[in-house]
Amino acid sequence: MLSRKQKREEREFYFFISPWLMGFLFLTLAPMLASIILSFARWNIITPPEWVGFDNYKELMHDPLFWKSLGVTSTFVLSSVVLKLAASLLVAMFLNQKVRAIGLFRTIFYLPTILPIVASSMLWMWIFFPNGLLNFFVTKLGLSPQNWLANEKLALPSLILMSFWGFGASMIIFLAGLQSIPQYLYEAAQIDGAGWWSKFWNVTFPMLSPVIFFNLVMGFIGSFKVFAPGYLITDGGPHYATLFYVLYLFRNAFEYFNLGYASALAWILFFIIMAFTLLIIKSSPFWVYYEAERR
Amino acid sequence: MNKAKIAKSAYRSAIYVILIASSAVLLIPFAWMVSSSLLSEEEMFQHPPVWIPKPPHWSNYKEAWEALPFTTFLINTLLLTIGRVLPQVFACSLVAFGFARLRARASSKLFFLCLATMMLPGQVTMIPTYIIFNKLGWVNTFKPLIVPSFFAGPFFVFMLRQFFLTIPLELDEAARIDGASSFQIYYKIFLPLAKPALGAVAIFSFMAAWNDFMGPLIYLHDIEKYPLALGLRLFQSYGEYATRWNLIMASSVAMVLPPLIVFFFTQKYFIKGITIGAFR
Repeated sequence: MLSRKQKREEREFYFFISPWLMGFLFLTLAPMLASIILSFARWNIITPPEWVGFDNYKELMHDPLFWKSLGVTSTFVLSSVVLKLAASLLVAMFLNQKVRAIGLFRTIFYLPTILPIVASSMLWMWIFFPNGLLNFFVTKLGLSPQNWLANEKLALPSLILMSFWGFGASMIIFLAGLQSIPQYLYEAAQIDGAGWWSKFWNVTFPMLSPVIFFNLVMGFIGSFKVFAPGYLITDGGPHYATLFYVLYLFRNAFEYFNLGYASALAWILFFIIMAFTLLIIKSSPFWVYYEAERR
Repeated sequence: MNKAKIAKSAYRSAIYVILIASSAVLLIPFAWMVSSSLLSEEEMFQHPPVWIPKPPHWSNYKEAWEALPFTTFLINTLLLTIGRVLPQVFACSLVAFGFARLRARASSKLFFLCLATMMLPGQVTMIPTYIIFNKLGWVNTFKPLIVPSFFAGPFFVFMLRQFFLTIPLELDEAARIDGASSFQIYYKIFLPLAKPALGAVAIFSFMAAWNDFMGPLIYLHDIEKYPLALGLRLFQSYGEYATRWNLIMASSVAMVLPPLIVFFFTQKYFIKGITIGAFR
């Protein structure tokens, strides 16, 4: 039994969290349930919905564009996450060497991520333009100029390059992680005669592993949902070379109004993200070190 | 100087060289954006590219602004941004206070649920939400973009709760003895003390609202209702402007400037806010 005071506190609790609770019920839970149901129907929002069972999912399995978009997105996720993590860890480690003007460098590296995606897309379209800046540098290096966005082989790598420009977002998190590693661990390693590799492998890497883990999961989720560059810069082309998964979903939902099919796509996306996130989490005991667990 | 010292200073200079070189490479696109925005028609396609326009064509900015109804786009962006930031800050602080200070049997379970929704891809709820707003007749109005901000977003709730937990309990206890209600404690003690954290939430939601592209793309159809994010893209739909990169870059610079200025002046909060999520 709760005392009167406790009951009052419970009521107050629900009053305070009501904005989130209502949002959860009406903008998350209810749409989620509706989306499950919708994924078993065919509906274009105008004529009445038609119940089709698992047809949408079956159709997906035979839809070449679904597989194409999965392939495109996986390539994008894999390359951009690996490149960004490696670069951001490296730069963060350089910045952590008691350099001067660390704030200035940090600002510069973070700057690209502040840009609205539309503005940075326009900028990179202009850079990739046949007469543009990238071809200028490419010819300077003695290579032949390319039509970056119109070439089926180069369009996706171009968008990966553009996304790589924003590696500063995870760099900032790595830097904060590095700064929180106690100095005495390095001093102890120094006394034991550890070289830079041994210091990295035995001190930095284990101490930083929770942050690496965080950046990995966030990078994975974020880049799997990539949409705007494919929509704005290449329109999914040429020949579907940049048809990102969410772009394909968007087209089904808001251009072809296949709302049921698009909902099925959304649920597949949900399971892919969940599966990979769980995989990363499950594998983490092998390589993530939490200090509190050891005690 | 002995050998060790020489090695050390060589190492340090190598680090500076790498850092300076890589940040210079990173800044090239920015420099290119600004200098392109000041190029004349002829300079735009010259080889090698013109970096310093002679004279700088400041008139590009005026021409770009007038080529499309940018004043309307700017007003729409401001309305949408204010309409999303204020309710978000208010709602999230209320919820965060509940989770940080009030005891209820289900509170830790609900908080876990709140964190779990952070992982949910928005695409799952996007379509039914669109249908609901469509049935309400809200499509092509600002409502679908503003109304959801009155419901607290889980990331900001988490950020604020972490901050509220650092406020000493003695403060609320003393206030309770003086007869203050929970709402008074929230309003008179927590909100003033949490100004930096509230600022961080405001900055983050400002950036998110200013930069949002997919939301307006789905819900706004009339050009008079476009924010900058959609307006900027319109250049591509008019043949005569599609390759006027000087004008496109001029309006891009204009759109980028407000978030950039906000970032420069609020860096500390900003970085604190980003890193809080990584260190639970």
